[in-house]
Amino acid sequence: MFSGAAAQAIWLTAELATLTTIALLLIATPMAWWLSRTDSRWRAPVNALVTLPLVLPPSVLGFYLLVAMGPDGPLGRLTLALGWGTLSFTFAGLLVGSIIFSLPFAVQPIQHAFEAIGRRPMEVAATLRARPLDAFFSVALPLARPGLVTAAILSFAHTVGEFGVVLMIGGNIPGSTRVVSTLIYGHVEAMEYAQAHWLAGGMVLLSFLVLLALALMKRRLGRVMP
Amino acid sequence: MTPAANSRIRLQLARDGFALAVDLALPATGITVLFGPSGSGKTTLLRCVAGLERACKGLVRIAADVWQDDAQHVFLPTWQRPLGYVFQEASLFDHLTAGENIRYGLKRAGSHAAGRALDSAIRLLGVERLQTRLPAQLSGGERQRVAIARALATQPRLLLLDEPLAALDHARKQEILPWLERMRDGLRMPMLYVTHSADELARLADHLVVLDGGSVKAQGPAADALAAIDNPLLVGDDVGALLTGQVAERDARWHLARVAFDGGSFWLRDSGLPIGHAVRLRVLARDVSIATGEPHGTSIQNCMPCSIESSAPDAHPSQVLLRVRVGASMLLARITCRSFDSLQLRPGKSVWLQVKSVALLQ
Repeated sequence: MFSGAAAQAIWLTAELATLTTIALLLIATPMAWWLSRTDSRWRAPVNALVTLPLVLPPSVLGFYLLVAMGPDGPLGRLTLALGWGTLSFTFAGLLVGSIIFSLPFAVQPIQHAFEAIGRRPMEVAATLRARPLDAFFSVALPLARPGLVTAAILSFAHTVGEFGVVLMIGGNIPGSTRVVSTLIYGHVEAMEYAQAHWLAGGMVLLSFLVLLALALMKRRLGRVMP
Repeated sequence: MTPAANSRIRLQLARDGFALAVDLALPATGITVLFGPSGSGKTTLLRCVAGLERACKGLVRIAADVWQDDAQHVFLPTWQRPLGYVFQEASLFDHLTAGENIRYGLKRAGSHAAGRALDSAIRLLGVERLQTRLPAQLSGGERQRVAIARALATQPRLLLLDEPLAALDHARKQEILPWLERMRDGLRMPMLYVTHSADELARLADHLVVLDGGSVKAQGPAADALAAIDNPLLVGDDVGALLTGQVAERDARWHLARVAFDGGSFWLRDSGLPIGHAVRLRVLARDVSIATGEPHGTSIQNCMPCSIESSAPDAHPSQVLLRVRVGASMLLARITCRSFDSLQLRPGKSVWLQVKSVALLQ
């Protein structure tokens, strides 16, 4: 059904989306917590910055990331100094780009979940002798579970669906940066509509299933946790 | 009567348009009711004692433990203060069952909180059968009982209750009040209880602190504060005296019980309490009338000689409030100014009082 190239691209896409999702949950959760609690004047600018990838054309984001990762860019200098070489046109660079590109999709649901919980449960936990970190893990995180689940699913799906950023900073190198979306593009350019159909249809089906799962899960979680 | 004060709470907080400045001495046991209108700073005071308001300055000393002393730069965060806090809404953790909620604090309170505290809290609040249920499956009253048991299970040195009944309807309130009375009588622990309900005040308070506009207007034993008429704490139909006594005699034929208090006794409906049982009585001023001689041919069961201590004008110009002494106890009576004048009543005069109704609070 799928050629070796297609299987490779599918595997790479799954790998990229999984790693991006894990990284985003680790980065976005503390960020969302800070945004939901702080009274700092930096809250609004940080909030806007985190949301920026939502409105920017992927090509713009990809362009700046490419420049930053290049040998003369700040990120590129850093990685060169650390002996990692430049990140552009590598899987690692693609991962960094995906994390930034999907950041708002992870931060926003978690932030909204934390805001919906309010301050009371954490205050209650403190009156029951829970240290702040203990209360965060035993009360805030479990109560924010629907938000975390939404964030994970959206991050995964959004990474699978990204195209512009991948093309700008990853190129289209088989086995390293060629993911399903760029492979489809290649098939279309080469007039290989049959292969493009298989992959594109697969993407439609996958996206539909993800959104369906999300809707069903929300209903179920919503019943347990009002 | 009042146990020696052994805790001190002296706090100030200034926030836009509101200033809190209080100095309280708390007895070692019993319920101290913080009473006052909305916006008088009751909840803020409670939050300050719990350490939930960082901006609050002053001293919080509970028995020998200093929780906050800004003169010494001491401020224990809430989680290090051995307190229990019951919020107005039960605020149970929705992701845990009732039993897990109750055990949440117990696990964290360390060695001095034994499993026995858990069992007794669960029994005291009657929540044994609710433990496997999620908060969403409990009624409002059950939720609040679980929340109180959760606070008690950590064996706090001070229990703070912020209008724990305000969010409940009348029936649910009546369901929880007996549990609170059992706690007051069974636990050797001071409790600070915020309310603006006259009913809860009369039923629960041993000690009373009246707050208004962020400062203390009065504090002292509840019975004394309620028997004041110059600046009555409660108004309208809520004006009345609080007495403590015990069941002294039961009359099986007429289903009546005699409750003796310091200076006399009342016959009431027998509610089945055994002889010797301690009770609180609330006698509303509107239910007490005055006669210059011993009443004859009256249906009223409770008539007794007394002497007038003082009088004060009531809210309506037609009426006057009297403070009358029966032995060592004070009662209040509301009569018309015309009666006051025609009977030539004055402080020191010996008269008879007739009590139409007495509420047995426990």
